[in-house]
Amino acid sequence: MKQYLRITAVLLVFGLLILLRNLADNSGNKHRIINQSKASFPSGNNTSSSNNTITAPTAPQTNQAYKDGTYTGSVEDAYYGSVQVQAVIAGGKIKTVSFLQYPNDNGTSRYISSQVMPILVSEALKSQSAQVDIVTGASQTSAAFQRSLQEALKNAS
Amino acid sequence: MPVTIDIRDSLFNPDDIKEVFSYLCYIDDTFSTYKKDSEISKVNQGLINIKDCGEDMKKILMLCEKTKLDTNGYFDIRGNGKLDPSGLVKGFAIRQAAKILKRKGYSNFYLDIGSDIQLCGRKEKGTKWRVGIKNPFSQTEIVKVLELEDMGIATSGTYIRGSHIYNPLTGRKANEIASITVIARDVYDADRFATAAFAMGRDGINFLEDRRNLEAYMIVDGRQAFSTSGFKKYILQT
Repeated sequence: MKQYLRITAVLLVFGLLILLRNLADNSGNKHRIINQSKASFPSGNNTSSSNNTITAPTAPQTNQAYKDGTYTGSVEDAYYGSVQVQAVIAGGKIKTVSFLQYPNDNGTSRYISSQVMPILVSEALKSQSAQVDIVTGASQTSAAFQRSLQEALKNAS
Repeated sequence: MPVTIDIRDSLFNPDDIKEVFSYLCYIDDTFSTYKKDSEISKVNQGLINIKDCGEDMKKILMLCEKTKLDTNGYFDIRGNGKLDPSGLVKGFAIRQAAKILKRKGYSNFYLDIGSDIQLCGRKEKGTKWRVGIKNPFSQTEIVKVLELEDMGIATSGTYIRGSHIYNPLTGRKANEIASITVIARDVYDADRFATAAFAMGRDGINFLEDRRNLEAYMIVDGRQAFSTSGFKKYILQT
């Protein structure tokens, strides 16, 4: 678990560095909100040459507050696939950093990405309506629980 | 426990269904921990020795040991000095029942026992089976619709939540997952890995991500869900 957290932390820092480099590269107008998330990029298929090594950016000045907003970093080619991060700045500080892209195409990158990402694909739970043939769910337990609760309430009343 | 068998092949003999049901009854009579005179209950009461049990009992217990190794010890049938292989028996039985139907010549059907499902072939020509994942917080709501063929799917979960119990090792809520649904090549794998992943709590989804041929959808609370990276290819595009 510790090792896992360490890997995650290292990669988070790695992602941050990419983002900060991006911000630094745009120092001319560094408060511009960069939005490249819609742009299309080659997927994590690494048969193409991937000589790009990611170098650490020069350290940003720490006394400088960031402007509030959502900042999207560029897509960077890690050797096992593309990585893209997004940071939300609030109150001049980095509030959250999330991955918009991470490698998930082939077995190797999939394995790596699972170590990198503490959360794989996260979404808000919402209903999907369509005709279904069958349902799966924790139905037995929950139905039993509800019945039991009903009985309990009946007894309590 | 409700059992549904839906066969879409044009030829159909009711006797074949009888054979499937008698097999399932035999499994229940042998492995049900709720039946006092089942073989597993007799083992647990110390009335019989495992080495004197039938071949199926020995096989199931061997598969439980194997699954324990496959899941870093999270799948464990030993509790309070008793054996409870039910986290694996259901998936095993559904898979065997599907094999019976295949031997009889059926190729397009599903078998659903207590919402663990083996899907074989397709619903109609060109149409995959549509399986809905229930919202554990709302009995009538479906949160994902999947299109599947020749696969197994199983869900492990509980509704009893909301207590503020924390796991001292992880610092997280002990009861942090509402449900986890696993898609595998057959329902045996889906069932046993769903059981183990559920016991792992939030880490269950990471464990499944690392396993080939397994995809999963984990509902954490009433607002959030997580899925493995290959899960989305099964979601019906609406």
